[in-house]
Parts: sequence; C-alpha cells; structure tokens
Amino acid sequence: MTDMPALSGVPRRPLRHRLAERGVDWSLLLLAPAVAVIAALFLYPFIYGISISFQPQSGGGAFANYRNFFSDSYEAGSILKTLRLALPVALVSVGLAAPLAYQCRRDFRGRKMITLVVMLPITFGSILIAQGMPRVFSPYGWGNLLLKDIGLGPADLLYNYWGTFIAAVLTTLPLAFLMMMGFFGGIDRSLEHAAATLGAGRAARFRRIILPLAAPGILTAFMLALVESFAIFPSAILVGQPDNQTHVLTIPIYQAASQNSDYTQASAIAIVLTAIELLILGLVVFVRGRLFKGPATGGRG
Amino acid sequence: MAATTTLAPAPAPAAPASAADSARLRRPTITAVLTWIVAGLFAAVLLSVLISVIISALSTSWGGGWLPAGYTFSWFRQAWDTPGLAQSIEVTFEVAIADVAIALLLGVPAGYVLARKKFPGRNAIILFALLPVILPPLTYAVQLAALMYRLGIGGTLLSVILVNLVPILPLVILITVPFVEQISPDVEHAAKVFGADNLRLFSRVLVPLLTPGIVAAGVLSLVRVLGSFELTFFVSGANTETLVVKIFGALSDPGGPPPALTAAMTVFYMAIALIGLLISLRFANPAQTLARPTHRTP
Repeated sequence: MTDMPALSGVPRRPLRHRLAERGVDWSLLLLAPAVAVIAALFLYPFIYGISISFQPQSGGGAFANYRNFFSDSYEAGSILKTLRLALPVALVSVGLAAPLAYQCRRDFRGRKMITLVVMLPITFGSILIAQGMPRVFSPYGWGNLLLKDIGLGPADLLYNYWGTFIAAVLTTLPLAFLMMMGFFGGIDRSLEHAAATLGAGRAARFRRIILPLAAPGILTAFMLALVESFAIFPSAILVGQPDNQTHVLTIPIYQAASQNSDYTQASAIAIVLTAIELLILGLVVFVRGRLFKGPATGGRG
Repeated sequence: MAATTTLAPAPAPAAPASAADSARLRRPTITAVLTWIVAGLFAAVLLSVLISVIISALSTSWGGGWLPAGYTFSWFRQAWDTPGLAQSIEVTFEVAIADVAIALLLGVPAGYVLARKKFPGRNAIILFALLPVILPPLTYAVQLAALMYRLGIGGTLLSVILVNLVPILPLVILITVPFVEQISPDVEHAAKVFGADNLRLFSRVLVPLLTPGIVAAGVLSLVRVLGSFELTFFVSGANTETLVVKIFGALSDPGGPPPALTAAMTVFYMAIALIGLLISLRFANPAQTLARPTHRTP
C-alpha cells in the first residue's frame, strides 16, 4: 500500500496526499478506539483461548484437551445432540415466522403491538422463558389442564428434549421474524403489481416474484437462527435434561469452566463450537452468493 | 421509501391495483388465516409463560390448579430483603449505563467514518464488527473470562463492564452507519463553507442530525445489555452478579429459594427490562438491529 520508491518521471507528491487519494487521512483516527477495543476484547481472547486450549491444565501433551473431548463419546456426542436440537428449532422458527413476516411486511394498525409481543422474549431472555415454562407445560400446568379438559392425555413436555425445544423456539422465532420482516419490507410492491398487470395469478406471483426475492432473507434468517440455537445454554439446563437428551455442546463448556475451573478444557470445547458456527456462517455466504442478487425494488428513473 | 411514496399517487394505473388490494383485505386467503392462527397460538403460549411468572410471584401457594390458592404481596418484600438482590439491581444498572455510554462514545464516531469514507480495509472492519454481534456469546465468553482472571480483574465490576462491551460496541457501530448514510454530505460541506471547524461541525451539525440514530443505538444496546446473561455469568463474582445471573443461580440450585420468591425477583427484572423495551420501541424500530433499515427517520 505504501509504495515508497517513487515512480520515475512522476513528480513525487507528499505521502499524505497519496494516502488521502485512497481515503486514508486523519479522520480514520476516529475509528481507532472502537477497533482497538474490539480487537482487545474479542479478537485477542479468541487467540488467547486457542493458545490456552493447547496448554492443558491436567497435562498430557498439547492436544490433550481436544483428545479428552473427542475420545469421550458422551461429550463428543453433544455435537450431534446440539444438531438434533438446533436444526429443527431453526426450521420450525423460520417456517412459522416467514409467513407471518410476509403478512406484516407493510405497516398496518397493530403492527406495533405485534412488534412489542415479539420483542418480549428477546428482551427478557431465555432464563425468564425457562422460568415460566413449568407452569404452562408441566403435568399439572395450564397446557395439560387444557388437554385434560378436552379429553387428551398428558403431554410430557418438560425436563426433556421438548422442554428445551419449546424454550428455544420461543426465543428464536421472534428473532427470525424481525429479521425477515426487515428483508420483506424491502421488496417493492410495484414488482408484484407489474406481474399482476402482465397476467400472473396469485400463485404465480408468489412463486416467480416473491419467493426468489425473499429467498436470501429467509436463508439468512435460517442460518442465523441455526447459529443462535447451536449455542443454546440456560434453557438446556433449566427446562431440559442436561445430562442426557439436552446434553448440548454448551453444557461441557459450562461444566469445565464453572464446575471444574478448567478454563483450558472449556476453551478447547468453545473453540470447537466456534468452528462449527463459522462453518455455518461460511455456508450462508456461499449459498447466498448463488441466489438472486440485485435490487428488490422496481426501476425508478 | 420516500421515493415510493412520491411515486405512488400515480394517476390511472394505480387505482385498480389498490382496489384489488382492499378487496383482498376484505376476503382473507386461507394462508393468511392459518398464519394468524399460528401467530395467535404462539402469542398465547408466550404470554401465558410470562404471566405465569407474575401470578406465581403473587401466590401464597400454588399446587396443581389453574390458579393459586391465595394471593399476597409478601414475596416482593422478602425478595427485596434477599441478601444481594438490591446490590445485583445496582450492578445491573451500573453495567448497563457504563456500557451504553462507552459504546456510544466510541461507536458513533467509528460508525460515522465507516459510513462516509471508502478506504482500504473498510470491509474487513465491517466484517470484524459483525462477528461479535452474530456469534452467540458462548463462543467467546469462557475465553474472555479466562483472560479477565489472568489479568487479575476477574469478578470485578470492571470485568463485567468490559465483557458486556463486546457485543454492544459493534452493535452501536452497525446501527449508526445507515443513519449517517442518510445525511447528505452536502450539509457538512455547507457547514464547512460557512467556516465551521471540525469541532463545531460535529457538535452543531452532526450530533443534532444524528440524534435519532444515537438514541436508537443507545436504547437497543441498553435492552441487549440488560438481558445479557452468558458473558456476565462466567466473569462475575459474588458481589458483581447482575439480576439475570442472580435469578439463574436461584433457579438452577435445587435447594434454592422457593419458586414464588424467585418469581418475585424476576418481576423486578421484568419491570426494569419492560421499561427499557418500551423506551426503545418509542424511539427505534427493533428490526434495525437485525436487518438494514429501509425506514423513514423518526
């Protein structure tokens, strides 16, 4: 970037001017504090975590932490258990949220109310959801009382896979909804009108116009929902079965760090989690690049 | 958006389309009906989960029935007197205010530069700011806590403030960028022509114009920091627990306080979070945190 040897024949201008032409000047200093903080508190801890994960507290060679994790089929099995939980959660959340977000893409009376309800679980967090769930889903809870009244058997939806599944959907669906509402709102109505004018029926308009334009948004929402639910933590403990059905990837991290105070082992598992998350994100970027890219708005001028 | 609204009142061809629209509004499709039924069910489950916590905090005892046997306010008194609860509320506020202030102070100028200037490495910085927002906290919470303990500040208020800054600061940057992009650079040029120096340009022109963006970034990060659990959980000590961490401790301890008492603690938290949420909805559209806004400025 800073090519110091001046080209022969070209009159040599001050370095400051040459840098300014490329947009580098003093105003970039405004960026420095923020970048420094993110580097020190986000990037550096990652590097630090990688380095301590190779210095196992209990000895046994540089790779001992990773070997411990992957050779223990109970601990390593948590990756599969996480996938078995996160994939359906992301599918159900996006599947239910997409039609709703599509209905809500334009302003109407009551949209603010819907936004408020949807923001509740995001604001309160999964702990509060997990706290309220027993009263609704336990054998003596409202849900089962209702089921009994209409003559159906009790549903066992707490302290197992389904408890965590429900808690995860209750927090992930709103996220997916808000994200897709933003994306869908950007699809210009006039494109639909143009298709209608040209004789496309409702089904054809949906399939040929709306779906291709909405696909990147739906895909992004799905992948981010997957990323979120892959790191599900408090509800796996509070309303799940953390030693069996919901022994997800975050539980061994928590056990290593909080119960065994072995941060090197915890970092190793957290790095496995991060690698999976980055893999998912990389996949979105790859797939999105192959979808329709271009304006979702009608031509104007 | 402004362009669409000015184009919309186009004369003849728009009329039949809007007539068709209102006809469709009157006669909902099957998909729309199904969608709203699912949405209603979801809202019902969600609200009953939340309301059950409030009822539980008001109940004398609640066995298996629809409603508790009797009602009382004494749990709130008792929750307030729980050792450390008042302190955890204080910590919650201290952390929230400190983090939002630092994030705005560092994030808004950074967002301004990212919106205005093209320079080598700009995309890398944006990606770099996106990662802490997208990645769930547990991918880095433990490493960060280990680092804080290594530095000897683990368990202190400072460490709780620092770790919670990680998702908040990039969030402020990302929210600021589109707001800056909406301000025409001509306004700044005009101010410079009229002799404003950088300081006056910033304080007299940019800050007033950016206020909606600053408020949006502030309240949305406030809501996020209030509910942040994982990052605080791994680094906080006995005296620096935030309210959420305290509630999690009570819930996950089998020999912990009775459910009604924990529920009363949670109602305090709900009240605080709800105030934050209402303020944020008053000033900002939450969808902005997640997708690029296609909005009108408030």
